[in-house]
Amino acid sequence: MIEKALSGNKQYWGWIALLVTTIAVAAYTYIRYQYQIGLGITGLSRDVTWGFYIAQFTFMVGVAASAVMVVLPYYLHNYKEFGKITILGEFIAVASVIMCMTFIFVDMGQPFRITNVFLYPSPHSLMFWDTVVLFGYLVLNVLISRVTLTAERKGIAPPGWIKPIIILSIPWAFSIHTVTAFLYSGLAARPFWLTAILAPRFLASAFATGPALLILLVLILRKFTKFDAGREPVQKLAIIATYAMAVNVFFVLMEVFTAIYSNIPEHMAHFQYLFVGIEGHATYVGWMWTSVILAVVSLILLFNPKTRRNESILVVACIAVVLSLWIDKGLAMVIAGFVPTVLGHVVDYIPTLPELLISLGIYAMGALLVTVFYKMTLSVRHQLRTEGYK
Amino acid sequence: MSIDRRKFMKVSGLTALALAGGKGINVLAQEDSTSVAAPKTGSFETPLTAKRWAMVCDLSKCREKEGCDVCIKACHERHNVPDFGNPKDEIKWIWKEHFEHAFHGQEHEYITDEIRHTNVPLLCNHCDNPPCTRVCPTEATWKRESDGIVMMDWHRCIGCRYCVVACPYGSRSFNWRDPRPHIEKIDESFPTRTRGVVEKCTFCEERLAKGLLPACVEACPAKALAFGDLEDPESEVRALLREHFTIRRRPELGTAPEIFYIV
Repeated sequence: MIEKALSGNKQYWGWIALLVTTIAVAAYTYIRYQYQIGLGITGLSRDVTWGFYIAQFTFMVGVAASAVMVVLPYYLHNYKEFGKITILGEFIAVASVIMCMTFIFVDMGQPFRITNVFLYPSPHSLMFWDTVVLFGYLVLNVLISRVTLTAERKGIAPPGWIKPIIILSIPWAFSIHTVTAFLYSGLAARPFWLTAILAPRFLASAFATGPALLILLVLILRKFTKFDAGREPVQKLAIIATYAMAVNVFFVLMEVFTAIYSNIPEHMAHFQYLFVGIEGHATYVGWMWTSVILAVVSLILLFNPKTRRNESILVVACIAVVLSLWIDKGLAMVIAGFVPTVLGHVVDYIPTLPELLISLGIYAMGALLVTVFYKMTLSVRHQLRTEGYK
Repeated sequence: MSIDRRKFMKVSGLTALALAGGKGINVLAQEDSTSVAAPKTGSFETPLTAKRWAMVCDLSKCREKEGCDVCIKACHERHNVPDFGNPKDEIKWIWKEHFEHAFHGQEHEYITDEIRHTNVPLLCNHCDNPPCTRVCPTEATWKRESDGIVMMDWHRCIGCRYCVVACPYGSRSFNWRDPRPHIEKIDESFPTRTRGVVEKCTFCEERLAKGLLPACVEACPAKALAFGDLEDPESEVRALLREHFTIRRRPELGTAPEIFYIV
C-alpha cells in the first residue's frame, strides 16, 4: 500500500522535501554532535536532569492516547459520523508513539544500551511499564489500522477477530497516559508532581489536544485534498475538545488551590516559579501567562455555539487549545518539577539550539509519518470512488 | 575427571598410611601452609563487613575547620571524579551545602549563626528504602542486601536519569560529557566512567572489601565522620547515636537515610 504515498503533486512533494530536510538536519545534529559529545550539548544540568525531550515525550503520549476519542464513540457507541476519520485518529496514534520512542531514545545517555530494559526487566520501575504499554499500544494501532484499511480497500467488512482488539485498544489508550503520569506522580522527591490528579489531568489535556489537532488536520485535508470528513464530525470533535479543555482547566485550578491554600512552601514554590518567578528567575512566567490567556480564549470560543460552529473561528480556538496545552505540558510541567531543586536552589534551564533542532526533527518525522499514512488512506478511498472495489 | 576404582583404592590406601604415621601428617600440614602463604604480593586483609553500614557526622567537629574540603578531595581523587569547573556538568560524590539547603525546610530566621553557616557534608544516604533503585528500569542500581550499600553498575546504566530525578537528596550525578579529560590525575586502581551514565558515592565498597574505611572517614582531620554497623550495638555509630541527638535529611519521605547528623 506504501506505493500510494509515492505519487502526488508538486505541493505534496514540496511538503515531503521540507520534512525530510528537517529530519536530515536533526539526524546530523544528533549523530555528529549530541552522540559524539554527550547530553552536555543540551541545556540540561545536574539539577534539571530532564527537560525538553522528556516534556515532548509526555506531550506526545497524550496525543497518542487521544485517538481513543474517535475510536470510542465509533466502536462503542456506534457513532457512524466518525467512520471516515477513525483511521486518521489511529494513524495519529501510530505516528505519536513512534515519536515518543524517538524522544526517549535521544534522551538516553547510553542509547545503544536501551535493550537492557528488556534484558533486565524491572517490574518495580514505572519506566519498564511505560515501555511495555507504549510498545503494546503501537502494535495494537498498527494492526488495527492496517486490517481496517485493507478491508476498506477490498470493500469488505473488517474481519470479526479485530473487534475485540479494537475494544482492547480503548482501555489501553487510557493506560499509556496513566502510566506516563505515574512516572512522575510516584516520586516522593518531587512535590510538584506528587499529586493524585496528575494522571486525570494528563488525560483531560490529552483529550483536548488530540481532537483539536484532528480538527486542524481534517480542515487542512479539506483545503488541500479531495477528502472532506464533513461538518458533523468536526463539530462533534469540537464538543469533545471543549469539555476536555474545561475539565483540564478545572483540574489545574484544583492543583493550584491545594498547593496555595495548604501553604506548604515546597508545594507552592513550583507554582511560584512558573507564574511569578523566584529570586529573579522567571524564565517561564511569560509562557505560563500566555498559556493561561490562550486557555481562557479557547474556552470562550469553544463554549459559545456561534463561534464554535463557525469553522474559521474554530480553527483559532483549536490552535489556542494546542498551544496552551503544549506550553503547560510540553514545557512547564517537566521543568517546574526540578525548580526549585530538592535542596531548594533555584536554577535555570533553557533548551539549547541543537536540542530544539533534534526535537523539531522528531516532530518532522511524525508529520512525515502522518502525511504518508493519510496519503495512503486517501488514495485508497479515491480509488474506490473512481474505480470501484478491486 | 574420572577416577577409576583401582586408582581410588590406591590413593585412599596411601592416605590412610600417611595418616597413620605422624610424619605423613606433618608433610600434609607443611604443604597446606605453603599453599596459603605463596601469593605474598596481593593484599589479603580481612574485609570490613556489617549487616547495615551507616555513618554519623558530627557537625560540631566538622565546623572546627572552616572551609575544610579534605573529605571531598580524598573521595574525588580516590574515585576519579572529574572536575568540570561548572555547576551544569558537575559531578560530586560528597560535597558541602549550607544548613538551609542540606536540611531544606528545617531552617528558620532565628537559627544560630553558627548553625546557619555550617557547611554540611552531603553524600549518598544509602537509604534503607531507596527510591532511586525502585525506579531504575535496568537494575543498574540496587541495594546490596548483605550490608545495605546502594550500588551502581556503570556498565548496565542506560543513562535515563530516572534515579537522579527520584533521589530526594541530590546525591546522584550524570556524566553529561566524557569525564576522562577532566580528571586531574587518574587513579588506575579505580575505574573511570564513560559519558552517559549516572554515578554516586558507594560508601567505598571497594575499600571495605580490602579492610579499609571509606576514604572520607579516613581523611577527615577533625574525626567528624564515624562509620560502622548500625545493627551492632557495640559499634561506634551506635554509641554516638546513644549519646547524642541526631537528625537525618528528609526522614518524613520514608526513605530511611543512613547518614545521621549531630548538629
